[in-house]
Amino acid sequence: METVDQFQELKPALGADEALAEANRCLMCFDAPCTRACPTHIDVPAFIKKIATGNPRGSARTILSANVLGASCARVCPTEVLCEGACVLNDLHHKPIAIGRLQRHATDWAMARGEGPKRLLSPAQRRDDLPRVAILGAGPAGLACGAELSRLGVGAVIFDAAERPGGLNTRGVAEYKITPAFALREVEWVRELGVEIRSGVTVGRDVPLADLERDFAAIFVGVGLGKIQPLGVPGESLDGALDALDFIAELKVSRARAADRVRGRRVVVIGGGNTAIDAVTQSARLGASEVWLVYRRAQAAMPAYRHEQALALGAGCRFVFEAAPVRLDGDKAVQSITLVRMRSEGEGRTAALAPIPGSEFTIACDVVLKANGQTANQSLLAALPGVELRKSRPVVNDDMQTTNPRYFAGGDCVSGGKEVVNAVADGRTAARAIARKLGSKEAA
Amino acid sequence: MADLSVTFCGIRSPNPFWLASAPPTNTGDQVMRAFDAGWGGAVWKTIGDPIVNVSSRYSSVDLGGVRMMGLNNIELITDRTPEINFKEITEVKKRYPNHVVIASLMVESKRETWHEFVRRAEDAGADGLELNFGCPHGMSERGMGAAVGQVPDYTCQITEWVKEAAKTPVIVKLTPNITDITYAARAAKKGGADAVSLINTINSITGIDLDSFAPRPSVAGRSSHGGYCGPAVKPIALNMVASVAQANLGIPISGIGGISTWRDVVEFMLLGSTTVQVCTAVMHHGFRIVADMIDGLSNYLDDKGFASPADLCGRALPSVTKWEELNLNYKIIANVDQAKCIGCGLCYVACNDGAHQSIEAKPRPEGRTDVRILEDHCVGCNLCSLVCPVYDCITMKKVETGRPPVNWKEYSSSPDKYPYLKDPHH
Repeated sequence: METVDQFQELKPALGADEALAEANRCLMCFDAPCTRACPTHIDVPAFIKKIATGNPRGSARTILSANVLGASCARVCPTEVLCEGACVLNDLHHKPIAIGRLQRHATDWAMARGEGPKRLLSPAQRRDDLPRVAILGAGPAGLACGAELSRLGVGAVIFDAAERPGGLNTRGVAEYKITPAFALREVEWVRELGVEIRSGVTVGRDVPLADLERDFAAIFVGVGLGKIQPLGVPGESLDGALDALDFIAELKVSRARAADRVRGRRVVVIGGGNTAIDAVTQSARLGASEVWLVYRRAQAAMPAYRHEQALALGAGCRFVFEAAPVRLDGDKAVQSITLVRMRSEGEGRTAALAPIPGSEFTIACDVVLKANGQTANQSLLAALPGVELRKSRPVVNDDMQTTNPRYFAGGDCVSGGKEVVNAVADGRTAARAIARKLGSKEAA
Repeated sequence: MADLSVTFCGIRSPNPFWLASAPPTNTGDQVMRAFDAGWGGAVWKTIGDPIVNVSSRYSSVDLGGVRMMGLNNIELITDRTPEINFKEITEVKKRYPNHVVIASLMVESKRETWHEFVRRAEDAGADGLELNFGCPHGMSERGMGAAVGQVPDYTCQITEWVKEAAKTPVIVKLTPNITDITYAARAAKKGGADAVSLINTINSITGIDLDSFAPRPSVAGRSSHGGYCGPAVKPIALNMVASVAQANLGIPISGIGGISTWRDVVEFMLLGSTTVQVCTAVMHHGFRIVADMIDGLSNYLDDKGFASPADLCGRALPSVTKWEELNLNYKIIANVDQAKCIGCGLCYVACNDGAHQSIEAKPRPEGRTDVRILEDHCVGCNLCSLVCPVYDCITMKKVETGRPPVNWKEYSSSPDKYPYLKDPHH
């Protein structure tokens, strides 16, 4: 397989002329569908018009005022199903406006000039008389919550268990979409707003929850999801079998090490979501000799976006549908995986599944990457006093407030796994509600 | 295929497409290449006493990423000697005897000098003369070009001098930088002109550099007003051509101003032009653009059953009237083809903010905007159909009112007869 462009960006930067031509193509819709489709409701026609008039600072300000992580969203958003999917030009049998790449054009300008939200958004003066807010998790939800609180004059401290902040942006998204260095620069933008980030701190272990309750007026929980759930089949602990997210995280730390793991090897990825796609596509790009994606349901039920599936197929991956692992075989390391055909009682993602007896088959492989869904961060969530959980997720109202009024929650730990832009919207919504509650004039 | 040849004030031309006096006709080499490409005639870059040009001469106005919607220049007449120009005219006419070469002239306002240049141009073999009374920049400061064209008496006087000496037809090129161009046209006619050509370029400053504050085109940080041309000026040119045509002077018109395609050519002809002259489009895309002009005009004439371009001349003029003659009882309203509507809402915002609040909009659940024409409010202004990005989605439909045609003159003389016209709904 081709390895030359293994880290080539999926959606590269637009040249200045390209950006101008693309910006001029925008119709400037009234009450624009793209803006409505964006969970953070970025005023898309406004920021595109500003690119067309040669006002990149204004463009970046428009984006960041709605979405403080607008720079990474420009890279990782599934624009095909959000803003660009809503673009009216689709109906004219034209290509939709490349909104994501234009957003990148504007935010790259700001990044290159070092003009982050602190400079562009004129945040409110910190009100020292207002109590501070604790945020659990420095992923997109937590960062957005902290940034918005800061803009509203409310102090926030983020506690994050990982060494490096940024959550999945830093360690969980394929390298051809976003690099850790970029994600960390964006985290710095949030820090510049006055948000304190304490990395390598696990709440409940290093800091008792009771201390947070004592020191902070409100707590926002944006801890994301936990490990990939076990397959529950024999052989799962053999060498060569690992979490797809760990594989991507490893890639973020050392491209060479991750490449060594798959180059020239046969890779099977279990799962049908976007993480599975990231894993197969990234494996193929790193030089795996064969890449398989195994999903227990039919293709129609696959959670992965169509455009993501096409990406994987284009990279040379092979999809196996309606099959589930029975066991991983091998002495010390994985040598093959045995699968069984599955029959679905009906259609869709919730229909009951049953193995078809005698239909077992084997795929020879060296690496098995598990991408069959993350578990909830159960130990932490269960410890939150008075916070009702449903299916291991905190129950929240429209303000992202939990059943304990001091606790708010958002991002993947609430949604079960959505996009960065959804997490940003959650964090911002929660921040506004918290700031109102604490008496910020700006939030009123 | 229609015969595209035309006769313009006695000059026979293989087709009505001429190059205007401008940079594309600066040299014999260019003119011959243009003739090879299909141009029927060329008005030579204006000849006169040699001048010195500046460096940085053109600037343009772009629109929505499209280049050179309008072009401006501060280049003067030819900076090559009359000897070289006349020698090259002779050479071109020798090689292309059936193509038209017109010598554009601009000299100081002395009878003898004009007589001398007329004689030399005709001796060189020019088929006709065009008097440049229109150049708005530089030369006008020296009492030539637009300085002549803006004063009808001067226009008449110099035309008379030229006619005293000329054996070939004399075309007077008119400046648009004047309140009523028909005064200048009448002066040319009075002086004996055989034809007029219009419009020359329009006084303009195309823009200012936001960093250096230098106007464009910058000459060491400074500039001068220049002559504006290109697609942006076409509507102004069409109006002036129609005005001169309706003045019924009995001399033909060579239409100029933003002509880029055969469609533009047809429009200029329908408003009274016999030939057309082109510059900016050639400066943008080269001589080759004439190929589609020839092809397109020919197909158009065939489709419409006309034998010659001359059949088009002035056909739209009866429809160009004073406002007071328009029918106040004619009524149209907008109609949206919902099957074609892409839900961009542009018609709504344009109508609501910029016109007559006659469109209702509401978001569709899946994200687009639904629009509905409020037919009782719609005044038939066209704006929604102009902003709609979808071809043929918003059309203007005629409403039968059953009322007889009435124009302003009729209405204002007895308004009580038309009470329904007194009370528009907004």
